[in-house]
Amino acid sequence: MIDKNSKVILDVKGLKTYFKTDAGIVKAVDGIDFTVHQGETLGIVGESGCGKSVTNLSVMRLIQSPPGKTVAGEVMFQGTDLLKISEAEMRNVRGNKISMIFQDPMTSLNPFLKISTQMIETIRLHEKNVSKAEALSRSIEMLKKVGIPGAEKRIFCYPHQFSGGMRQRVMIAMALSCNANLLIADEPTTALDVTIQAQILELIQKVNVEMKTAVILITHDLGVVAGMCDNVCVMYAGKIVEKAPTDKIYKFPAHPYTEGLIQSVPRMDKSGEKGKLFSIEGQPPNVIDLPPCCAFHPRCHKAIEGLCSRCNPPTHMLDEDHEVTCWLYGTDQEKSAALKEADARQASKEASK
Amino acid sequence: MSESVKKPILEVKDLKVHFPIKSSGGLRKKDAVIRAVDGISFDVYPGETLGIVGESGCGKSTTVRAIAQLTKPTSGQVIFQGKDLCKVSKHELLMARQNIQMIFQDPYASLDPRMTVRSIIAEPLIIYNKRHLLPKELSPLEIETRVEDLMERVGLNKAFKNRYPHEFSGGQRQRIGIARALALNPEVILADEPVSALDVSIQAQILNLLRELQKELGLTFLFIAHDLAVIQYISDKVCVMYLGKIVETSESVELYSNPVHPYTKALLSAAPIPDPEVERKRRRIILTGDVPSPDKEHVGCYFYDRCPNKMDKCKNHIPPMFTVGPHHNCACWQLEEKFPLAESEK
Repeated sequence: MIDKNSKVILDVKGLKTYFKTDAGIVKAVDGIDFTVHQGETLGIVGESGCGKSVTNLSVMRLIQSPPGKTVAGEVMFQGTDLLKISEAEMRNVRGNKISMIFQDPMTSLNPFLKISTQMIETIRLHEKNVSKAEALSRSIEMLKKVGIPGAEKRIFCYPHQFSGGMRQRVMIAMALSCNANLLIADEPTTALDVTIQAQILELIQKVNVEMKTAVILITHDLGVVAGMCDNVCVMYAGKIVEKAPTDKIYKFPAHPYTEGLIQSVPRMDKSGEKGKLFSIEGQPPNVIDLPPCCAFHPRCHKAIEGLCSRCNPPTHMLDEDHEVTCWLYGTDQEKSAALKEADARQASKEASK
Repeated sequence: MSESVKKPILEVKDLKVHFPIKSSGGLRKKDAVIRAVDGISFDVYPGETLGIVGESGCGKSTTVRAIAQLTKPTSGQVIFQGKDLCKVSKHELLMARQNIQMIFQDPYASLDPRMTVRSIIAEPLIIYNKRHLLPKELSPLEIETRVEDLMERVGLNKAFKNRYPHEFSGGQRQRIGIARALALNPEVILADEPVSALDVSIQAQILNLLRELQKELGLTFLFIAHDLAVIQYISDKVCVMYLGKIVETSESVELYSNPVHPYTKALLSAAPIPDPEVERKRRRIILTGDVPSPDKEHVGCYFYDRCPNKMDKCKNHIPPMFTVGPHHNCACWQLEEKFPLAESEK
């Protein structure tokens, strides 16, 4: 849980990551801002292809370049801009200060190496003065912490001897072994069953509370977010469309997309209501060469004709901590200004033709 | 639904599917067996949706594949229209499959990338037409209009019929798969995780489509999912599977409001609910351990290793199905005192 005074440890401003492809420039992340406080759990939700993973890979500077490139923005982590430091310095941040849990526990461990080798390597890479024996005992301790029975023996096993849930636990143990300040969990439970998912989520929550580690949880599952996060960012087509504390976003979803997402999930606790599910019609947009307007307008049930399809929506604060980017909350002044701009754009386009 | 009058359209009786695994030589050579499905029975009534839930590896998909005879069952019966599909001739199986069609999980893998949408949807029609198995012979033109009708019915633009699967998104591909399954006018549709590969907003579209189709065409669904909320939304009755066994079966509303088996309880409590207020108030039953490997023969309850309320009896006696209420059965020894078995069932 966060208290209001805890300090900001990650501050992302105007982050843009583009990919160059033959078909055009893919604006995977297109100008997003968010902050993470110490001890906070921030959820990033969205459908596949909305840029949630790219956001976090950009923060870690793990985007393959080419084709990808972080073209603008800053990522302030404990006072330094991660996008400006050298690769060597960045290596010191990865794992040491920010660590990551990946989606697929089956492929993110090296199948040729014993768990012990992989864990010792991680620890010794970050803390040069630790002896092998010391690193081993610390690894065993970490495995115990994440609830692996018989850790003293199991540490000498190979990844294939572990089940999916156990492998994910090993991943978490490795991610935690260097006492990072920020843990980025990229869909940590998507590949797991519900009962195992509950175990892993409880573990992440425990780490968050006990070690005061801030967590960024990327997921598409609104149920997981509801149970885990303090704040939520909803992403659509590379942009954050709504940002608010978890309670507010579920109770008063302001953006039509958030509203649609929440309503389109069948609810287990509301049995009997078996009417038609609310569904967002259409398909998620292709993010290549998006026009300068709201990317959601073709699917939106509240779209304002002639406005949403032409102009970029403004960002408004509905509350001190509830931010939404949608024309529904635009002032008349903004609307007329944006329309004028769109007219001018069109006119210059026609003139150049 | 009055079941005394209605006859089940599909009956599964003590179905077992075991896969032998050959160990590679050695002196102590011993062939092990994976008991994917280990003796399950259920009935499906016309116009109804039976949901099967369970974690990965519990045998849901194998059950469905065994019903369609894509995997030959080791023992047991699958009775459809009075015939045991495990024993019928090839010709009769072909006739039965006309009425039992499948929708698959992965819309990316279940469509041939080198066929156009038209040829994918028309394929079942062409096959059955060639063998003169359709009630009425179809001309190529009739097949063409049928394909167009089907595409429109599932919400695809019929102008796309000459396109290839890669030109469509996941949700649209799943629609193509549904159109293909509907081509022969089947009575029963076996849907193996049809929405789990899709995004949330698309998932709702497909679920709505399936319900509409059921209402309109009077289809019977056997619906597999691991998402409990989806199963609850779509099903009339639910079977909960664990390690190849059905541990609890009941009407959907009853199961979700009054789960009896400890595994069902844990499963329901572990599934997250998209509402922070509800989430905070809920108490989770966290199961320890993982699902054991299904390669040994069980002498006791299959859930024994992970059960929070295990008793001595559970270790060495397989629990029978106790009747808890109308249409509500559960295999757990804890129910023995409260709901004793009738003499005949012992």
